Order: sequence, then structure tokens, then C-alpha cells
Amino acid sequence: MNSAMPAPATCARQHRDLRGYLLSAPALALFAALLVVPLLLTLVLSFNVFDYEVGIRADHWTFEHYLALLGDSYFLEIFWRTFWISALVTLLCVVIGVPEAYILSRMGSPWRSIFLVVILTPLLISVVVRAFGWSLLLGADGLVNHAIQALGGAPIKLLYTPFAVIVALVHVMLPFMIIPVWTSLQKLDPAAEQAALSLGASQTKVMRLVVLPQVMPGVLSGTLIVFGLAASSFAIPGLLGGRRLKMVATLVYDQYLADLNWPMGAAIAIALLLVNLLIMLSWNHMIERRYKKSLG
Amino acid sequence: MAFLQLDNLCKRYGAIDAVVATNLAIEQGEFVSLLGPSGCGKTTTLQMIAGFVDVSSGRILLDGRDITHAKPSSRGLGVVFQSYALFPHMTVADNVAFGLRMRKQPEAEIRRKVTEVLALVRLDRHAQRYPRELSGGQRQRVALARALVIEPPVLLLDEPLSNLDANLREEMQFEIRRIQSEVGITTLMVTHDQAEALSISDRVVVMQAGRVTQVDEPYRLYEHPRTRFISDFVGKANLLPGELDGAGLPQVQHSRDASLTLSLRPEKIDLLDNGAGRLQGRILTRYFLGSQWLYRIGTPLGELTVVRRNDGSAPLGEGVDVGLDWQPELLRVLAADEVSA
Repeated sequence: MNSAMPAPATCARQHRDLRGYLLSAPALALFAALLVVPLLLTLVLSFNVFDYEVGIRADHWTFEHYLALLGDSYFLEIFWRTFWISALVTLLCVVIGVPEAYILSRMGSPWRSIFLVVILTPLLISVVVRAFGWSLLLGADGLVNHAIQALGGAPIKLLYTPFAVIVALVHVMLPFMIIPVWTSLQKLDPAAEQAALSLGASQTKVMRLVVLPQVMPGVLSGTLIVFGLAASSFAIPGLLGGRRLKMVATLVYDQYLADLNWPMGAAIAIALLLVNLLIMLSWNHMIERRYKKSLG
Repeated sequence: MAFLQLDNLCKRYGAIDAVVATNLAIEQGEFVSLLGPSGCGKTTTLQMIAGFVDVSSGRILLDGRDITHAKPSSRGLGVVFQSYALFPHMTVADNVAFGLRMRKQPEAEIRRKVTEVLALVRLDRHAQRYPRELSGGQRQRVALARALVIEPPVLLLDEPLSNLDANLREEMQFEIRRIQSEVGITTLMVTHDQAEALSISDRVVVMQAGRVTQVDEPYRLYEHPRTRFISDFVGKANLLPGELDGAGLPQVQHSRDASLTLSLRPEKIDLLDNGAGRLQGRILTRYFLGSQWLYRIGTPLGELTVVRRNDGSAPLGEGVDVGLDWQPELLRVLAADEVSA
């Protein structure tokens, strides 16, 4: 009697496990077909030999694209530019987005929903339309330069500079910072701020010692999303950075479509993915280790 | 002049009067409760004293100093919130030390005071825990320790026990009173629970619809409720029609057009054999409350509630006819309610 007891339980568990896989099969198939397979194909492609005379030689293998990436200062410069621009965009999104989310969470009921929609509107407009909007503003003959000239200044070059790319990227990425921070602000007990005030803390100390540490998980997810999207952004650097100011994604595009060197483009894409992953994982690890103990 | 004094304190939210012309004087070392149903303005009053809500008119004086418009951070009052409002990302010790760090006290001094106050609330062994690792009662004590450690002139408690379960609530009531008398701190507690207010306060302030309707010691409040609302809200009461007799003593009248409302506490009624006493009735239902039996008795004056001590003798059964008797001097004449809740 006793020995027979465990058998049905294991049976049921096996059954349940199988059902779990079956239920997730459609999503897994989609994931495999649309992400894993193309990624593997890109990885394979990046080791293929490329010949300007005959194109890709599918049965010849080489590391030369990766070696070129490491050795050529042209590539290194573009990678470096991509990452400092992304880091700066992330920092600006934190500086602007965290206070914005805090103000949003303190708003009364009709205004909060209205401003939340206002914050989300950049996501409702095509990134290309938005980029052209910025180029109209920042161009040599744009609104900003007209204003500068009307005030008696000399026109300055704004378009096709890192400045233009950064401004436009911050504009697109802000919602991705504000929403996770806003979500973690929702969980805050407003009485905790009153408690800090009653204990003699100034408004800035309340922000720094009570509010900010509690919204760090939201800030962390925000920085990961913003950095990842900025480092792989294509349309904005392509349209506002121009031909000269390249970032990694536009470089990949050029390799594929201008040089027709698909293996080199694939190698750059894989390298971008790896560096991006490395930076994001170590950042996540660093922040989590610092806040894990207190925030669970 | 009293230590903490409210002069004609008013708070209006648009067209709504949340607190109306409240006057209150609290002496140093006193434990005063603000008691009332939800929405009566008691929490708003506490928040005005703490400085979280602006005062519409009137004054708040603390030890002779006008703090009506002072910032909450400069008032230096200890506040314990209903939700405890602990800082979840800090240990118990850091939570308690927060107020001392804001006062820039030397670190050695902070450590000594934190240890001392944690011993006072019996949490010395939990100093390095985080709030989420503590039980409700322990969090409550951390909140209390955090408010006490800055040695505030006044301790404000906002429904401090409402998030605890019944057993713990009773235990914490006495714990709060023990700590309060050990420290000797002037305390104002907001509560909607009459048992809580009666058991641990020196004086109870009853509020109704933004107004103070009675201020008295707990025993006097229970024995001499001023209005019908208070007699119902503080303890249970039987309301009877009555008149004053020739000697000026209240007497129960059987007629419907009696001019006075009298209050008689359930435990003040004696149950006698059928036919004896001032009033005859029949037991409709009875409830066992552990230390007491509660009887609902149908009488010509309406349904009355009677509480008898469970002294070990057999209780009276449902449907039994009984006589009811009471001492006429235990009848209280109630004033008509001047405000409607």
C-alpha cells in the first residue's frame, strides 16, 4: 500500500511537464524561427570568406572579419562613439526621466492620465517622421539657426553632429525610462516621505535617501532598455548623423548594402550584440548586488 | 498654559469643513486619544499638528511656541503612521538612526541611543533585520522606536494598532502605554476603536463630523456620555424614554411622548425572577462572550441588551420570562445630538 503511493504523483508530474512544453510550443516555434535561426545564420555568415571578385564563398572559413574589427581604428572609433553616445543618452534619460516620473506620480487624477499619454506620444509617431522633424529644427536653414541669427548670433552646425543624434535619441527613449520608474514609484508608501520629513529630513534628503533608493529597480530596468535600444539604434543616427557620423548599426547597413560585404556586416552585428550583452549584464550585476540585500 | 494647545483650529477642503473650531489643551506627559468614526476629522487634526496638512484658520501652540505654519521637519514631533511608513531599504537600526543622522549627531552617540531605544521596545536582537523580515507587531515597535529616539516633545500616533490582529492589538495597547509612561512623553493617539481609547488614555476626546463633542477621562466618558451618539459609540447602551421626577432624578416613562432620552449600560441591569423588578421581559436570544453572557430581552420599552458576568452558574435560556431592575441613579440623561454624523 505504502510503496504504491508515490507512483501516481510522479506520473502526474511528468504529465504536467509535458503539457507545459506543449502549451509553450507555438511561442517557442515562433521564437526559434524568427530569432534563433536568423541569428545562427548571421553567426555562420560572419565566418565566411568574402572576395570582392566573386562575393561570399560559403565553403571557406576565416576569422579575418573579427581580426579586422579589433585591428582597424576605423571600426574601433565607431564602436567607441556608439557606446559613449548610448551611455550619455542613458544618463540624460535618468536625469530627465526620474524627476518627470516622480512629478507624474504626484499629479491629480485627470492630469496624470493626460500627461502619461503626452509622454507616450513619441512612441505613436514613426521614428523616421520624428527624425525628419528634428532635422527640420536643427538643419542649417532650420528653426533653431533662424532663431540664433535673429538674436544676432552666427549660425552653428547642429545637424549631422553627435548633438543632434543625442537629442533625438533622448526624445525617443524617455518613455522607456519613465514607465519602469513610474511603476516602482507606484509601490512607494507616501507616508514614508512624511515620516522622513517629520524626522527632520529636508526635501532633497527625502528624495536622495528615501525615494531614490526605493525606485532603483525601476531605474535599473530603464537604463537597460534605453542603453540596449540606443546602442542598436539605426534610423536616428542614419538620418541625423549623416554619412560621416556613423554608429554601429549604420555601419552594418553600409557593409551589407554599400560594400556588399555581408560577412563583415554579420561580424560587426555579432560583435555589437556581444559587447551590448556584456555591458548590460555587468551593469545589471553591479546594481543588483548593491541593492539586492535591501530590496529583496 | 497647556503644553500642546489647539486654538480654534479649522480645516476646510473646498466647501467641506473637515475640522471645525477645535480647541484642545494637552498637559505635559499626558496620554490623550482622539476618538471618532472614520471621516470625523481626527486624522486631519493629527496631520495639522504634524504639519502635513495646512491649517485653514486657528493656531497650534507647542510649549508656548506658535508652530501653526512651521515646516514638519522643524517641528521635531515623533509621528507613528498607520502603515508604519518604515524605510524598506534600510535595516531596523538604520531606520531608527535616520532622525539622529538628520540631526548630525556623532556616530557613537547615535549607536548608543539606537541600542537604548531598541531595548526599550524589546527589539535589540533585530537591529540588523530589514522591515520585510519582521512581523506586524515588530514593525509597529520599530516605528515607535524611530519616533521616540529623536526625543520629541510630543508623540503623535495615527491609528497605530489598526493593522494588527485582535490578540496582538491588545498586547500592543499595553506595550504602548508602558513605553509612554516609561519615557513620560506627551502623546496624542488617533483611533476609531473605543476600547483602545478607553483602556490606555488619560483623557479621551470624542470627535464627530469635525467637532469635538466631549473631552473626559475614560471612566467619566463611559459613565457620563453627554450625547446619544457618544453613549452609542463608546460602549453599548440601552436608550430609554424618561422624565425627571419631583426630586430631579430621571425616571423611565412608559409613554412614547417622554421628553428625555436616558442611557442605561447593559451591565447595570439586574435580571430577577419573572414578576419582580421594574420591568418585565422575555429573553429573545443570548450570546456567549467568554467572560460574559449577552442577552437580548424583549420588553414593553423595546429590545434591551443586558450583560451578565459568567460566574459559573447556569445561564438563562432563550424564551424565559424575567424581571429587570436597575438603580435609578445609574440612568444618564443624554443631550440631543447637536451634530449629525
